[in-house]
Amino acid sequence: MTNAAVSDVPMVHADRVSKSFGSNEVLKSISLTVTQGEVMCLVGPSGSGKSTFLRCINHLERVDAGRLSVDGILVGYEERGDKLYELKPREAARQRRDIGMVFQRFNLFPHMTALENIIEAPIRVNKLKKEAAIAHGKELLARVGLADKEDAYPAHLSGGQQQRVAIARALAMEPKLMLFDEPTSALDPELVGEVLDVMKGLADSGMTMIVVTHEMGFAREVADQLVFMDGGVVVESGDPDEVLGNPQHQRTKAFLSKVL
Amino acid sequence: MSDSGRSATPVSVSPNGADQAEAIKAIRLRHPWRNVVAVILVAMLVLFVVDASQREAYGWENFGKFIFDKRISQAAGYTLLLTVYSMIIAIILGVTLAVMRLSDNPVVKGIAWLYLWVFRGTPVYVQLVFWGLFATIYSTIDIGVPFTEPWLSVETNDLINVFWLAVIGLALNESAYMAEIVRAGILSVDKGQDEAATALGMSWLQTMTRVVIPQAMRIIIPPTGNEVISMLKTTSLVTAIPFSLELYGRSRDISVVIFDPIPLLLVASAWYLLFTSILMVGQYFLEKRFSRGVGQARPEKTGTETGVITLKTGAIQTPDAASGTDDPSTDPTGKEHQ
Repeated sequence: MTNAAVSDVPMVHADRVSKSFGSNEVLKSISLTVTQGEVMCLVGPSGSGKSTFLRCINHLERVDAGRLSVDGILVGYEERGDKLYELKPREAARQRRDIGMVFQRFNLFPHMTALENIIEAPIRVNKLKKEAAIAHGKELLARVGLADKEDAYPAHLSGGQQQRVAIARALAMEPKLMLFDEPTSALDPELVGEVLDVMKGLADSGMTMIVVTHEMGFAREVADQLVFMDGGVVVESGDPDEVLGNPQHQRTKAFLSKVL
Repeated sequence: MSDSGRSATPVSVSPNGADQAEAIKAIRLRHPWRNVVAVILVAMLVLFVVDASQREAYGWENFGKFIFDKRISQAAGYTLLLTVYSMIIAIILGVTLAVMRLSDNPVVKGIAWLYLWVFRGTPVYVQLVFWGLFATIYSTIDIGVPFTEPWLSVETNDLINVFWLAVIGLALNESAYMAEIVRAGILSVDKGQDEAATALGMSWLQTMTRVVIPQAMRIIIPPTGNEVISMLKTTSLVTAIPFSLELYGRSRDISVVIFDPIPLLLVASAWYLLFTSILMVGQYFLEKRFSRGVGQARPEKTGTETGVITLKTGAIQTPDAASGTDDPSTDPTGKEHQ
């Protein structure tokens, strides 16, 4: 929270953002603000547009209407005069470097060891020296509790271990913002805790995070802001205890009665 | 044969199982017709071999004389060179075409499709005849601005000989097939891999060379091995160019001189068989190597090694995780590096 005072510019600002796939309108005029150092949890039934919103922030999908900006910079487009220009791939890639993303299916590179997964982008993209990248990578592996797994291939790691490596890989780029797309949904129940613990530690360290999740306990404990989405719209948002404990909207009540 | 093994089990493994049922000891089902067919086939094979060894037309004397002839072994060398050079060019071109076909640019995509349509849609023999006529069609190769006086004009025949025409002819045909193999390999890589690399800020080229292609190799290697074997045999068609210093062309030239074609066909066949056999063995090991790690067993989940981690200190608080000796998955990892 103290970090919010550093800058007035919100880390993520969405102003009436819409997105359609063909005739299917997935996001309908979403307006949200995530301040620096804040943890926002996005919850809602599947197909509600949570993941699409997350992917828009990271340029993996293009916004159709409205304005979406990260750290004050417009996502996907450049505004010159009164015209919008599509970003070149190279410029989009540059913006992505500051945004870490963790996927539901981990998406580790299976032909690389845990350490190689982590140092790949710092070396190739940030042109970091190999020794420096390795030192940083080992540090990150220790931070996620996998110091002894640097030479393990993803296939030899449990799901929870793979997801922790994936978090370390995203952190290796030293992002300003971390996006988590249902990071524990593909895990066996007994492995969920280890990943959430790492995420809690990350939140405590002041990282700005947007987390799409079904883990209501985590949302209640860690989130500064909880947003409930359904059918491509923000139904309700606010303090997690408030939204979870005393939902105002009928749809929120219906959803929470199923998951809690 | 398994009967004897089974009958032994009730005796050896029954420490407390007094009521264990006796192993089944049945008369095996006979297959009389199977035996009859087998005998007939073997008899026919023996008959054929014995007959062939004595038959005059096979000219075994000449076979023995020419099988290790220097001209033949040199021709075998040319066959290998044709195979290797044309496969290398075909693979490079094939990767390019595959990437073009997966491009978002409709023109690039269309051009690649057109190439495949032409080169897969016409016989390789016909294509090779065309390449043989290349110098007739294009007598000079000009470099310059179209419809103006060329800066540089070279006689085609000075620039290129029949050997390289043969290589180009084989390579361009083969690249169309390689393109499809590579494309299948690239498409087999999970979309999430591409997204993960992109999300890390990697460029398209970095994503391709570092993430996608290495994983696609597992799918690409086995059919490429098949293509090499196929190419080795297809080189016999370069006589259409006409290039005749390779195995088939050379043995045919010799047979014309000695008026005895059959033993030299056998000589050529024997060499082709030798090479394809070596390639088949090589492919077996290559496939074994690349299929390794596909069905890798995941380690037993312990669920106990989770540490509560505080990012500020970097300390792992669970004692057994800190000791680093708890996890069984260190074993398979060790094996990986053998």
